[in-house]
Amino acid sequence: MSILINKDTKVIVQGITGRDGGFHTSKMNEYGTNIVGGISPGKGGTEVDGVPVFDTVEEAVKATGANVSVIFVPAPFAGDAIMEASYAGVELVVCITEGVPVHDMMKAAQVLKQNGTKLIGANCPGLITPDECLIGILPAMIFKKGNVGLISRSGTLTYEVVNMLTENDLGQSTCVGIGGDPVSGLYFIDLLEMYENDPATDAVVLIGEIGGDAEEQAARYIKENMTKPVVAFIAGQSAPPGKRMGHAGAIISSGSGTAEEKIKAFGEAGVPVAKEPGEIPRLVKEKLGL
Amino acid sequence: MKIHEFQARNLFKEYGIPVPDGVVCHSLEEVKAMVPDDDRLRVVKAQVHVGGRGKAGGVKLAKTKAEAVEIAGQILGMDIKGLTVEKVMVADAVDIEKEFYVGLINDRNTKSVTLMASAEGGVEIEEVARVSPEKIIKLTIDPVMGLMEWQARKVALQLFNDPKQMRQAASILGKLYRLYVETDSSLAEINPLVVTPDKKVLAIDGKMNFDDNALYRRPKILALREATPEEEKEIDANEKGLSYIKLDGNIGCMVNGAGLAMATMDMIKLYGGEPANFLDIGGSSNPEKVVEAMNILLSDKNVKAVMINIFGGITRCDDVARGLVTAMKKINTDIPVVIRLSGTNAKEGLDIIREYGLPTVSTMSEAAQKAIELSRKGI
Repeated sequence: MSILINKDTKVIVQGITGRDGGFHTSKMNEYGTNIVGGISPGKGGTEVDGVPVFDTVEEAVKATGANVSVIFVPAPFAGDAIMEASYAGVELVVCITEGVPVHDMMKAAQVLKQNGTKLIGANCPGLITPDECLIGILPAMIFKKGNVGLISRSGTLTYEVVNMLTENDLGQSTCVGIGGDPVSGLYFIDLLEMYENDPATDAVVLIGEIGGDAEEQAARYIKENMTKPVVAFIAGQSAPPGKRMGHAGAIISSGSGTAEEKIKAFGEAGVPVAKEPGEIPRLVKEKLGL
Repeated sequence: MKIHEFQARNLFKEYGIPVPDGVVCHSLEEVKAMVPDDDRLRVVKAQVHVGGRGKAGGVKLAKTKAEAVEIAGQILGMDIKGLTVEKVMVADAVDIEKEFYVGLINDRNTKSVTLMASAEGGVEIEEVARVSPEKIIKLTIDPVMGLMEWQARKVALQLFNDPKQMRQAASILGKLYRLYVETDSSLAEINPLVVTPDKKVLAIDGKMNFDDNALYRRPKILALREATPEEEKEIDANEKGLSYIKLDGNIGCMVNGAGLAMATMDMIKLYGGEPANFLDIGGSSNPEKVVEAMNILLSDKNVKAVMINIFGGITRCDDVARGLVTAMKKINTDIPVVIRLSGTNAKEGLDIIREYGLPTVSTMSEAAQKAIELSRKGI
């Protein structure tokens, strides 16, 4: 088992004829992800990397039975692309695009809620169930099948941590990059609940950062609801207030959203917080009794 | 993106939100020319992008025009929290019977715009939220439906007893919401919203921020941008595909990815150093981007050592290393550089760097310690 995606997942790519969409379609194909179609309005009937291209998501879903859509379209069109996928009836939308206006995301979020569609991102690297399905821009070679789940607001920092887990023989069940925007799709609590219910996951690594209070909410959730161990890391302990640290959502505003508050919340929930990423594998091993 | 109070005021006016009369002046000559020749009570306010202007002496009352000119002379050129005052607003002072707060923000948790209002106006809303959160009325607005009239009335009814004032306030809320959505705002505050003795409802002070990601479709808002020299540098870096924020330390960092860049800064601090900046160069190993990034880093004269921390994912470390070497050849500096590569083909990458003659390390903590050591040698 795993969460969200597995070997039976059928994926379509919105923006498949773009540079990034095309490149990562071939990478996902190489990994063995079941890419069944792509969407590029006006280019229906053509092919990219052996994948049939459709004009609309609706046509693609009808023709292929796809249940997940991954979005690579430019930021001004991403909000609309998310809504198109939702109305076409896919179960999960993964939006890789960076720089989507917040007001577009708020509208899309409302549509997703109404239609019961799940979203990962935007501004995220995607997700992977090793050896089964990779969706997004994650570097395949660092992952290894195993029993550790991982959720992160970051991209390369996630790869860094996954690489260390793999080097320490700690394989992963499913890794999800939820993205660095202030308004996004599935967040810590949603995914923690899925990991708690996933027989393939025995421990979870949570990588948070400054901005918002999702980590504090996650800490409370873990304390009250989780039986599986969680290990955390928070980036941005040295970040100054009022400055956006690369990610649109990584900002300490009016004194809230600091790393200290988040670390304290995890401490109170009995979740060990690594001082540096290098400590994470050891903390996971301790929790798993290895 | 932030704008000045007078710019927010102008937007309020454009959307029909009543504000007191006033003018914005860049010099004493302008104050003399633009302020009407009569002696009524006015308020002179510094226009800078920081809070706490009043406490810093940047907001003062004037009884006559002559006094307004004199006070403007004191405030223009004043330093408030490191920013020089280049503009003042001279506005009619209003008799205030009662002050309120109203504001709109993008709320992460509800994924909606949240309307906040309070009868505790004129003070910082964060302070009210901390001390007496029950005094803040909150309303989540459906992003598809927008703020419905009955919702605006419902909030206004909790603040105003007089039906006329209640209707004025509800109308102001509706207009503020329309302004908020039509400008891709991320924060809009009227603080205070006041009632005058003749029962008028007026916006006395306003603040608006905007979503940087939406500026491409808001040219009128973008035209209002006035960046400080520091922000100018950040905007400039952004246009080159880099994300840069200057800090106060002496160890420059160059990293691919925002999360890893934050973790790198934290690591430097953890081992007793001080990071000079946040710098995310994004996904590629393009040598030109590395050169641009180094130039930005080294333009900060506090930098005594540089730590480059790259995780090679789809772009393999050997490719990254070749890019770095090409870039390094173009950069002429005595500042010591430590390079740490990890991920795909890390060994091959590190060999390439070592061959070129730069120190390499394989873990982040080693890199941070080495950079700190090198930064201290230079002093």
